[in-house]
Formats: sequence, structure tokens, C-alpha cells
Amino acid sequence: MTMLALKNVSKSFGALTVTDDASFEVPEGQALGIIGPNGAGKSTLFNLITGNLRPDEGSIHFQERDVTKVSAMERCLTGIGRSFQIPQPFEKLTVYENLLVAATHGRNLSERDVRDDCAEVLERTELIKRANTPAGQLSLLERKRLELSRAMATQPKLLLLDEIAGGLTEGECQALIRTIKDIHAQGVTIIWIEHVLHALTSVVERLLVLDFGKVIGLGDPDEIMASKEVQEIYLGIEV
Amino acid sequence: MAYTVTTQTPASRIATILGAILVVVLIVLPFFAGRGTIQDMFFILTMLVLAQFWNLLAGYGGLVSIGQQAFVGMGAYALFGAVILLGLDPVPSILLAGVAALVIAVPTAFFAFRLNGAYFAIGTWVIAEVVRLLVAQWKTLGGGTGTSLPRDATRDMWFVEGIEEMLGVRSAAARDILAYWLALALALATIGGIYWLLRTRRGLALAAVRDNTEAAKSVGVDAARMKWTVFLTSAFGTGLAGGLIYMQKARISPDAAFSVTDWTAYVIFIVVIGGIGTIEGPIIGVLVFFALQALLADFGSWYLMTLGVLAIVIMLIAPRGLWGLLSERTGLHLFPIRRRLSGGQLTTSEE
Repeated sequence: MTMLALKNVSKSFGALTVTDDASFEVPEGQALGIIGPNGAGKSTLFNLITGNLRPDEGSIHFQERDVTKVSAMERCLTGIGRSFQIPQPFEKLTVYENLLVAATHGRNLSERDVRDDCAEVLERTELIKRANTPAGQLSLLERKRLELSRAMATQPKLLLLDEIAGGLTEGECQALIRTIKDIHAQGVTIIWIEHVLHALTSVVERLLVLDFGKVIGLGDPDEIMASKEVQEIYLGIEV
Repeated sequence: MAYTVTTQTPASRIATILGAILVVVLIVLPFFAGRGTIQDMFFILTMLVLAQFWNLLAGYGGLVSIGQQAFVGMGAYALFGAVILLGLDPVPSILLAGVAALVIAVPTAFFAFRLNGAYFAIGTWVIAEVVRLLVAQWKTLGGGTGTSLPRDATRDMWFVEGIEEMLGVRSAAARDILAYWLALALALATIGGIYWLLRTRRGLALAAVRDNTEAAKSVGVDAARMKWTVFLTSAFGTGLAGGLIYMQKARISPDAAFSVTDWTAYVIFIVVIGGIGTIEGPIIGVLVFFALQALLADFGSWYLMTLGVLAIVIMLIAPRGLWGLLSERTGLHLFPIRRRLSGGQLTTSEE
């Protein structure tokens, strides 16, 4: 089954076209990486998929259902989870309470029903020891982990990760990759925007290149990285 | 080992017992306290209700309204209208006061929710002024000069005769005692209701929306519905309090019932000095406010200036109010809402 399909999606802010006629599909269970220079429209693409933004043209299909006009809240309920590029924790709530919000509302269950699931997510993302700490007091790595944990608490079928490895040390990055691989191994479809390329290529099976809002390449990661076009545009190398 | 979640703390268990004793004392207060004390307590309790509802709006919902007088005034006028025009008893009319506030809250929210932050605050104030001007045109209820509750209606009010006989007091004192008990019931229901709300998953959603609306939507929280729920609940409760306050006063005018100073500025003062975003804060705040009023009532404008200076000083040295200061130092929570996870991997090295 096709998990996600974008058909001719465009979005402009005034005269600036940030998503330009983007079309692609993600089959169920696949991990897709998205790369592109700063300002290429990667985060905008995510906001369009999650429903935080509405496209000007085109349509977005989730599990073969047209969700173009569905709100962000409802898209979460149908199984789209996300992490934000800049961590957006609920600062005054504890780590555990952050997950509770996501699990009770994202899955429409009572606090009692989701307690053990939330604790299990925290164990997997290695945040369990910080469960009772207010999110505002977390370090950068912990905030990134919280972004991931909170998205996981909604039990998404499709998980969108926005530069989750940025700003981490090599050790921290490796630990995070292990967690994401683990999530992927459980059958969750992943779309991951990342500048830390080695982190990305160690997980994803397919790579999409975005430039000026256009999809300029899509395919096997090694072939994409080796292509002349990508090296010129993305890496700024004259070949 | 399995995980468990607790919200109670040893301190909160003691607070529950002390709170229960306090409630019993407050219920039997009219049996041994004088009329002056009962009137003071009525004032404290009704201001506490207004403060709790403003706190629900601003402290939990992030909706800073300076138009709460619209709901107090509308509730009060609905009560007077029900008694004077429909011939209803004042006591059940209090419920109509709440409903009337709810009715104007819907169009108010419809307009004000298009605004954010400071614009929302000003918007609510403007709407309250419009409602005041409209009500002042209502000639059968005295227009701009106002009116009084008919003597028959107040004399024959529900329960008054029973209280006269039970406590051996005159009719006027019995009315004050009735108003006091109703205020006590309203205050307890308000605090109990808000505490219940905060302990449900809606309470969590409210905190999430306040901290980060976009992120809250992305995890499935219906942010718009939360805002509506909080705004309408707060309007209903504020309307009930408005009806009750003016039932006790038995005299109304648009300028008094829609006073931004009495029903919003003082209420904000109470919440801010007590501690915004906590249930304990407004309780502390209203006691401080009452003490200041009692001490400084004879000094005219010095009273208002003192309130202003005190509010500024507290905002600078204790931005989270007197209760915030106390609970930071001692870790004390009388109404704990924090869900603490324990057991499992947390057993060996609890923080």
C-alpha cells in the first residue's frame, strides 16, 4: 500500500514559491530521506504533509485517502506523527506529561490506558530517567529525544523527522540512529529531513533531493549522492 | 516492575484534611459570626470565584481577558430582569444569570478569538463597553441610572424564612446568610470543578496549548475546542457570580455592574499577586486583597496607589506571585496536578 502520496503540490508565500509542483510516493514501511540546501522548502514540505500548512494547489493522500483539507489535529489522529526542527516541548509539563498529552489526545485514550505505552517509549528513547523532569530543563539531546518520543507516543504509521540529528555530538548521533533504526524495524514508515548525511544514509532506503521547492532527484541514496546534478546543486561543487 | 502514576503528595493529603475542616467551619460560620463578618466573607468568596475563573482563562488557557465585567454585568442584569420582568424568585434566577453570560460569550468569542494577545485583551474590553452601553438603553430596568430589586421579591426569597427561624435573625441578616451560603457553594464548586478539569486529559491539553499551540495540534489536541471550552466555562461561572453579587446588593446600575475596575482590574490584581496558573494563588491573593482593603479603606486614593505599587513590586520580585514564591521554596502543592511516574526503571534511581 502507498503510505503517502503527493500529487502536484505547490505552495507560495507571496511571490516566493517554496513548494513547486512536488509529486512523489512513499510505500508503506519505507524510510525516505530528504536533502536539499537551506531554504529549499524541506520544512514547508513537512508542514504541508502534517496539515500545519495548506497547499495552494495539488493534493496529499495518506493511506490512499485524500487528506488535503484535513486539519493537523485530525491527520495526527489518522496516524501522521512529527518532530519539529527546533524542539517544541511543552516546557512546563514533565517529560512524561508531554507524552501523556500526545498519547491521550493523539490516540483518543484515557491516561490509564496509555501509561505503560508512554513509559515503554521513554525506555526505548532512553529518556525514562528524566520522566518527572519539566521539559524546560532538558539538554539539547534530551529535547531532540523528547521530540521523537512525543511523536512516537501517538503511535504513528508515518513518522516525519525534521533535522533531529543536527547539533549533536558524534556519540549522541550514533545513539539516536540506533533508536530510529529500531523504530523503523518495527514497520513505521519514516520520512527524514537531515543535513547530517551519514546519519541519514545509514537508515534510509531512498533519497529525495529538493531545490527551490522542486523535486530534482529521487532514488537509491548512493546513486543520488553520486549524481552530478546533486553534487552541483546541493554540495556547491563544480563538476 | 510495572509503572504507577501518582499525583497526591503527603502535604496534599494533610491539606485535604485541613481543607475539609475549613469547609465545615465555613458552613457553620453564620451560627456564631456577626453580620459584618458574613458580609466580608461574601465579598471574599465572590471575588475568589471571579479570580478562579479569570485564572482559568489567563493562567491556564492563555486568554488574557480584560472584559470579564461584561459577564458580571450581564449576569446581574439577567437576574434583575428575571425578577422584575418575569416575576421569578431571585435564587433560581442566579442560574439564568449564568446562562445570560453564556449567551453573550458566544458572539464575544466569535469576534475575540480572531485576535491574539494584547489585541484579544483590548477586544474583550471593547465588547464589554458595548454591552454596557446597550444595557444602559434598557429603560424598563432603569436605563443609565439603574434600579433596585422589588421589596416583595427580596422579602419572600426562597429559604429566607427558614433561615430567619433557624438562626433567629431578622430578614435582612437572613438574606446575607443565604447569599453567603450560595457564595460558599459556588466557590467550592468552582475550585472543585477546576481542579477536576486540570486532573483530566483536558487539563493536560490546556497546558500543552498554552505552552505551544502548534505542537499541541500536531499531537492531536483540538486547540480551538479547548479555547472555546475555557472561555464559555469562565463566562458561565462569572455570570453566576455576577448574579449572586447583585442579588445580595439588591441595587444595580450599568456603571457599577460593568465596572472594569471592580470586576476585572481587582480580579487581575488578586490573581497576579497570589500566583497565576495555580489554584492556590487566587486564594492567597483574595486574602491579601481583602486585608489591604480593610487596612487602607480610609485613605482614599492612597489605597489604589498602594495596590498598584504592591502589584508592581510583586511582579518584579516574584513573577509567579506569593504562592509561586512559597511553593518554589518549599515544594508545597495543596492542589497537586503533576503526574509523577514511578516504578519500572525508575525504582532504582529515583531523582
